[in-house]
Amino acid sequence: MIDILQELSKITDKDYISNNKEELYLYGRDPGLMPPHEPDYVVMPSTVDEIQAIVRLANREKIPLIPKGGGLSLTGLVIPQKGGILLDMKRMGQILEVNESAGYVIVEGGTTHGALKSFLLKNYPHLRHSIPDSPPITTIAANAVIHGQGRLTQQHGFNSDMVCGLEVVLPTGEKCKIGSCAVSPYWFSKGPPLPDLSSLFFGWFGTTGIITKLALRLYPCKKIRDAMLFLTDEAELVPEIMRKLGRTEMIEDLVVTAQPIPLRFRGNYYILFYITGDTEEEVEFKKKMAWRAVWEYFERREGGFVSLPPEMKAPMLAMPSKDTTRFADVSKGGGFEYSGPIAPLEKYPVYVKKLAELADKYDLFYSSAARMIDGGHCMMFSFSYTFNRADPDTMKRAKQALDEAADFALENGGVMWKPNIDEQQMTMSKMDPDTLNLMMRIKKLLDPNGIMNPGNWEVPQ
Amino acid sequence: MKKYQAQIHRCFRCGYCKFPTDYSAINCPSYNRFRFDTYSTGGRLWLTYAWLKGELPWSEHLAEILYACTNCKNCSEQCPMKFAPDIVEWIIAARSDMVEQGKIPARVKRFLEAVYNYGNPFKNLRNERAAWANGTRIYEKGDDFLLYIGCLGSYDENGQKMASNLVSLLKKAGLSFGILGNDEECCGNEVYSLGETELFNTLAKKNIDKFRELDVKKIITLCPHGYNIMKNQYQGMGYTFEVYHYTQVLDSLLRDKMLKPEAGRLKVTYHDPCFLGRHNKVYDSPRSALQSLNGIDLIEMDRNKADAFCCGGGSGNFVTDYLAGGKDSPARTRVREAGQTGASTLAVACPGCMVMFTDAIKAEGLEEKLRVMDVSAIIRESIST
Repeated sequence: MIDILQELSKITDKDYISNNKEELYLYGRDPGLMPPHEPDYVVMPSTVDEIQAIVRLANREKIPLIPKGGGLSLTGLVIPQKGGILLDMKRMGQILEVNESAGYVIVEGGTTHGALKSFLLKNYPHLRHSIPDSPPITTIAANAVIHGQGRLTQQHGFNSDMVCGLEVVLPTGEKCKIGSCAVSPYWFSKGPPLPDLSSLFFGWFGTTGIITKLALRLYPCKKIRDAMLFLTDEAELVPEIMRKLGRTEMIEDLVVTAQPIPLRFRGNYYILFYITGDTEEEVEFKKKMAWRAVWEYFERREGGFVSLPPEMKAPMLAMPSKDTTRFADVSKGGGFEYSGPIAPLEKYPVYVKKLAELADKYDLFYSSAARMIDGGHCMMFSFSYTFNRADPDTMKRAKQALDEAADFALENGGVMWKPNIDEQQMTMSKMDPDTLNLMMRIKKLLDPNGIMNPGNWEVPQ
Repeated sequence: MKKYQAQIHRCFRCGYCKFPTDYSAINCPSYNRFRFDTYSTGGRLWLTYAWLKGELPWSEHLAEILYACTNCKNCSEQCPMKFAPDIVEWIIAARSDMVEQGKIPARVKRFLEAVYNYGNPFKNLRNERAAWANGTRIYEKGDDFLLYIGCLGSYDENGQKMASNLVSLLKKAGLSFGILGNDEECCGNEVYSLGETELFNTLAKKNIDKFRELDVKKIITLCPHGYNIMKNQYQGMGYTFEVYHYTQVLDSLLRDKMLKPEAGRLKVTYHDPCFLGRHNKVYDSPRSALQSLNGIDLIEMDRNKADAFCCGGGSGNFVTDYLAGGKDSPARTRVREAGQTGASTLAVACPGCMVMFTDAIKAEGLEEKLRVMDVSAIIRESIST
């Protein structure tokens, strides 16, 4: 019988391979609520050649292979459901090239959003990327794989929409370039005018290959950035307020928050949006347009702007927002998870009502942050609940609430974002059968031995 | 550990602890060295919690993961949660539990046994503690300051040079001070951070008894580790005194013109020691002392002050050295960063950092470009004797 550890050590520096129970324990868990399952090995490759060799080994021996970035999806997407080799990608964190003129950056598959933010600020302060509010250890590739969202999602769509080229290692070991870079030295497009093969890798959670390089669009970093906060106590008005603000085309990012504490938050919906500009004049103009868009609600006393002192504004302007992470400990339990359906804006009132109902039913603390996507074509609505990691009962109740929220969201027109394996099953059970069949055929074609992150996007036998 | 058992599960493992403020690099020394998430603060806390719950048995590897933490406090600085200030104490408490159960890795065991038997981690003889002192006067009642040297300053070759340079400057400034000589005990900072609470209490008590007997009111420490433990732990143990790190005293002497440097030219970058910087927020005195020198060009490394990257020597690692080996060891990473500033001198204020960087500069082949000097040596060079 082949000694996998020995085989791996022929490929990668043995300092970066482990089957110690401590590494297996930790890499078998994420901060969310999905049950743990441990890998058999943890490996940290440093080159594409090493990845190809590991994939070929896994494919030959039919060993599951799970590529992992920051591991912060919270929905257990890199929990090795069937054991195998977990590839921690974070040693491949180089920023390889910036094409300032075409406005893109090429990074390795384990580069973090934090590293790119810092690099741009230091070297290209006039450029920025769409940074998510997940912690800075989140990798750019993994975030794109889950169709992540960031601070420019309102303007430019999902973070995966901002990708403009890929290099991937297929489950059978071949290395492919995807997009313009397949025929040109430039990485300006992930698809057009070619067939867009990038969609074979986004939303698949690593079941179709491993991203080893990725090009990401960069956008102008305006000199001034400001936050405005509009408040209403009528959930039914939130979709049209969001839409009207979005259609001004003056807004950088827009997030609606609902939560029961502090008490001033209860029953109110806080619509936080951002204005950017290169001059005070530009910013003032955009603010004026935003004012005009929502003036009617102010006149009818249905809403109004909240004055933001500097100390309140600072955390709102931070990227990423540490407040998002702090939510995990509001109940001093160290845990939160959310079900996040992507849905039309009009679903906001029913979702937010359900959010509170489920919190009441399962005796949980809740919060929701709904981010407008792509000018208002849809939103991501989070049903977020905290739990106490030391109290199995709260964990059980939170999971029940999230399952019920996902079911409700799906029944009400939403599509789950980064679904856990239970939500994947719910999604597939509702999916058009021919579409599901197509998905399965693609997966089988790319990964004939089913080694890539097995358990995800799998139809039960 | 008991008082922390109800808290430790609160770590979400968000990973902010791995970075400096601007996310430009890995700033957790053990995570930088090993890169497995287990070696980050979040990993360490989750493994500790698993061990407490009985989900994970003790192992040498588990203990090494815990002892690879240098207590540099970057995690506390960066963690966004309310419990952030407690994290280092949680790790120390977990080590305490291991010590109580007799489950500690071999190198830590040797360190603690050496301190227990010899009064220092190097197994040097007690009666050679003041061999470096070359006639430096012993503290007597009525002296203004007690100069506390510590184990590294007493026994390590580079530490001894630091001690001698400092003594020379303090004499030059006409300060009234003395040392304890062979009667000095280990300060216990490392013993405390390695979790040997009982031995720490013994050491601290011996030192405090001595301070009381000699009616010591003000102490200058050579080492930030001694400064830290005396400032933050001794003060609650029944005897009150003022404690200063030597860079604070030199800064004051330079300001008061009791030391008068001459003109020179030197490009220097200063490394903040964790136990002076993040632990005690002393960032300005060493810089101010250096900038008092005419012709000095002080260049900051990208990671400085609260974001400084640890040398890898804290929590006994200047002896146990769990982070050694390879180009990603903290000391080698840091001297490369120092070299990139264009400075010809890496200024340190801690004998532990001095030991770590002296070796790292050789390993990196930077001997021709960069030299390590402590702040007192730099000041002494600029003052005519």
